[in-house]
Amino acid sequence: MTGPVKSVVNLLLFGLFALFVAVSALFGYEPGIDMGWGSWRFLKTMLLMFPGAFILIGLFDAWVDRSIVERHLGDRSGILGYFWMIVLATSVMAPLVVALPIARSLSDKGARLSLVLTFLGASTVFRIPMSVFEAGYLGLPFTLVRLGVSLPLIIIFAELIGRSFRDIEPAPIQSD
Amino acid sequence: MLILYIVVAVALLVSLVFDRSKTVRGLRIAWMKFRRILPSILVLTIGVSTVLHFLPEETIARILGEDNMALGTLSASLIGSIAFIPGFIVFPLCGLLRDQGVSFTVLSAFTTTLMMVGVLTFGIEKQTLGTRLAVVRNLSGFVMALLVALATGLVFGEIGV
Repeated sequence: MTGPVKSVVNLLLFGLFALFVAVSALFGYEPGIDMGWGSWRFLKTMLLMFPGAFILIGLFDAWVDRSIVERHLGDRSGILGYFWMIVLATSVMAPLVVALPIARSLSDKGARLSLVLTFLGASTVFRIPMSVFEAGYLGLPFTLVRLGVSLPLIIIFAELIGRSFRDIEPAPIQSD
Repeated sequence: MLILYIVVAVALLVSLVFDRSKTVRGLRIAWMKFRRILPSILVLTIGVSTVLHFLPEETIARILGEDNMALGTLSASLIGSIAFIPGFIVFPLCGLLRDQGVSFTVLSAFTTTLMMVGVLTFGIEKQTLGTRLAVVRNLSGFVMALLVALATGLVFGEIGV
């Protein structure tokens, strides 16, 4: 399916779901009401998070020159790129779905794939506020082991995937 | 969330002061991207709430509390891959499970797959990264999560060598 068609299908699906929730509420059908609350909680967070994230992405797109991104994060960028990606990732206080458009925009500006994947991976396991919260409940050793093992693995896998996808790099990250 | 919008407000203000047209262009890009992703987000809510309904916290707690650690780890990583639970819910739940004697290994597999693997968000990921890359990223995330769980088990002496 192409972009616009898929959007319409998605909107229709959501309309049906909303109808289902409304009818459930009307007739007191518990599972439907429960799903309604669950989806509301999720949607609320997403709708609060996305506009802010996209404004920052938009400003990044408008202001930051492609040559700067290419120099620091492009094909010839050194090992320091990984460091910057992890630093950037720790400041993303949002789940993967929000990190994805950021990754996409970095890639569009010329960041190489392995760095983009490092950013994505690191943003999922290592966000400063979340990791502090995690350590509070499961103990600092648990969090340290998780980060100590997962961050090197993320870089290794990102490097491997970045290499094998290199020749088709413009293709996988395409606009719809 | 407040911090995000403070950052956004400051960025917008600074951007406006220095270049009005760039700011407008930035906002236009933001709106375009937002509009493009919105339908997928709406559909995602259906999946998230359905899984949440059929896999409530009590069910997850029961499955993770499984006595056989290998089985527990495997099912924990499968649930973690599918479910979408925010950190402020999942870590208190894990703290509680820890007190009930669930191993660090199982909790590690659960939380790490929860973060790294997204079956529900696959549609959106496909849209952004392309199908092949999205598949490879999720599969590698699953493998990494299992390795992290294994390392956790070794460090905490839950898995004997």
